[in-house]
Amino acid sequence: MAYQALDYYLLDDLLTDEERLIRDTVREFVTDNLMPVIETCNSEGRFPKELVKPAAELGLLGAPYPEKYGCANLGPIAYGLINQELERGDSGLRSFVSVQTSLVMYPIFAFGTEAQKDYWLPLLGSGEKIGCFGLTEPDFGSNPGGMLTRAEDKGSYYLLNGSKAWITNGTISDVAIVWAKLDGVIRGFIVETDRKGFSAPEIKNKFSLRASVTSDLVLEDVEVPKENIFPDVRGLKGPLSCLTQARYGIAWGATGAAMAVFDECLQYSKSRIQFDKPIASFQLVQNKLAWMATEITKSQFLVYRLGQLKAAGKLRPQHVSMAKRNNVGTALDIARVGRDILGANGISNEYQTFRHMANLESVNTYEGTFDIHTLIIGEDLTGIAAYA
Amino acid sequence: MNIYLLLKAVADSEATIRPTTDGKAVNLDGITWVLNPFDEFAVEEALKMRDAAGSGEVVAVSYGGEEVPKVLRNALAMGVDRGIHVKGAATFDALATARALANAVKGQSFDLILCGKSAIDLDNHGVGVMVAELLDLPSVSVVVKIEQKAGKLLCEREVEGGLVVVETPMPCVVCAQKGLNEPRYASLKGIMAAKKKPIDEVEGNAGESQVEVIEIQPKPQRQAGQILGQGVDAIPALIQKLREEAKVL
Ligand SMILES: Cc1cc2nc3c(=O)[nH]c(=O)nc-3n(C[C@H](O)[C@H](O)[C@H](O)COP(=O)(O)OP(=O)(O)OC[C@H]3O[C@@H](n4cnc5c(N)ncnc54)[C@H](O)[C@@H]3O)c2cc1C
Repeated sequence: MAYQALDYYLLDDLLTDEERLIRDTVREFVTDNLMPVIETCNSEGRFPKELVKPAAELGLLGAPYPEKYGCANLGPIAYGLINQELERGDSGLRSFVSVQTSLVMYPIFAFGTEAQKDYWLPLLGSGEKIGCFGLTEPDFGSNPGGMLTRAEDKGSYYLLNGSKAWITNGTISDVAIVWAKLDGVIRGFIVETDRKGFSAPEIKNKFSLRASVTSDLVLEDVEVPKENIFPDVRGLKGPLSCLTQARYGIAWGATGAAMAVFDECLQYSKSRIQFDKPIASFQLVQNKLAWMATEITKSQFLVYRLGQLKAAGKLRPQHVSMAKRNNVGTALDIARVGRDILGANGISNEYQTFRHMANLESVNTYEGTFDIHTLIIGEDLTGIAAYA
Repeated sequence: MNIYLLLKAVADSEATIRPTTDGKAVNLDGITWVLNPFDEFAVEEALKMRDAAGSGEVVAVSYGGEEVPKVLRNALAMGVDRGIHVKGAATFDALATARALANAVKGQSFDLILCGKSAIDLDNHGVGVMVAELLDLPSVSVVVKIEQKAGKLLCEREVEGGLVVVETPMPCVVCAQKGLNEPRYASLKGIMAAKKKPIDEVEGNAGESQVEVIEIQPKPQRQAGQILGQGVDAIPALIQKLREEAKVL
């Protein structure tokens, strides 16, 4: 059965023709290109790198940035819809696009010099170069401000030392945005991955996001030219403002994963017969389906409004935290309940719900865990920080 | 190379088609309109031919009501240069549609008119060849390959059990069949650019419809299946059913 996206409250009516067309185009792209390969990629633990070029040709990399860099200059809702449709397929490809767009191209676009922008944005937008974002370290996850990675000013260059962990795209990257302390202050560096002393071993044997590359970054006396630093951004607000962009897309993406799960479970429950009836005719199953549809509809409206706020320039990072926390958290809950509706079939890779469920465990953790976003909202409401 | 495309907005193939209460028309509530899939081959071919020629214009023309601009935008997003919305009520009469389209393109300068071999909603297979007749142009339908040769077109058309290669002078009308090419996706940049491309509106002149719809019926519900037994033992009963009820043996 073809995918049927839940639109219970006719949200389609709120979209412009262009937004609908973009959504439908990406949906078709995912159906035609990702769905046929994703289960194999997932079981083999392989990122479908062959889709990077076609995705770039469609305009999926760096979609919000201006035409002069070869990008599509999309508004926030259209960009959100791209994420929703990609993650309807798999969180892995969506993660790739999020990292490339929001964590690599965004800092270059927002903090880079004209030369950095002119050189890197077209290469990254066309998929000729792949990027990664190195913030997390083995001992500093939720608390990245404690990072140990150091940069030293050697006069004609910077010398970088340290290690990063859990870095999406690391091993397949041509360039890494590395956050490191220079004289105790966090700064961002554009580090080409073929520099001496840089390595990015892949983290294997994951239970989650298996169709995505996750790596460690090791920097041993890596010499980085002076012109590779972001000149004006200092402190955590540099990386955090990138995370706000990425989390925005993730909140939409997780909604897409939940929609995929719901579609599969609704169709399944109508055709699976037990006690001579489709299981959809039992009240307990209907309760699950009704709850899923309601939560998805709420998530859809949260991100739609978030997109409006972003377009109007009224968006605060805390708004994004609320949507990331809610939409990923509920998508994960929906996937777990969905897995149950599928019975034994739910543990087979003939069905996609388990894959989404496993993926969403990562999505719930990365870009600020569910609980960290709770604390961000809590601090915003009370004025009292409760992190430490 | 100037190419005119004749395109139709059709209901998405996933849509459930229900008759209106009077049973004379299709209830259009909640229908998602898409570009007729056979027309996508025509669009792709036109864009390829324009780009190979290095100059010229591809113009998409569509006859119908409110459903039209959306699918014209779709074609513009794929790379078509401009659109013409020939306004009027969509009709079951292929000849009326053909008249409206022929009247709209008459007098324009073009080397080729491309369209799909049929529309998936009514399956009339009529409009393309009728437009050709009305404009007094040669036409080739069910085409799976087009080659340009010394100002003429060599078209391969599918016939029962084989292919016929037809040579035709230009201008002419060619109706595309699946297999002609692999239609591109509209790129996101193309979709944004399409916003700025013009869609002109003209009043359609379709004339009298000669087709009267007497009744539209929904597809009959499929009967539930029957389980006659299991394994080899069930075969005699199955054969009996196939013989006496289904009458297929
Ligand atoms: C698949 C994957 C891809 C990733 N990609 C990237 C990437 O590309 N770039 C990058 O830089 N990072 C990446 N990460 C890292 C990710 O951002 C971190 O895992 C995340 O920030 C959480 O850090 P941690 O894993 O160290 O968990 P911890 O910070 O150790 O948290 C463990 C638990 O403790 C809780 N906790 C921590 N502090 C508090 C507190 N103050 N109060 C209450 N509870 C608390 C957390 O909520 C969580 O439940 C990725 C992670 C994964 C799994």
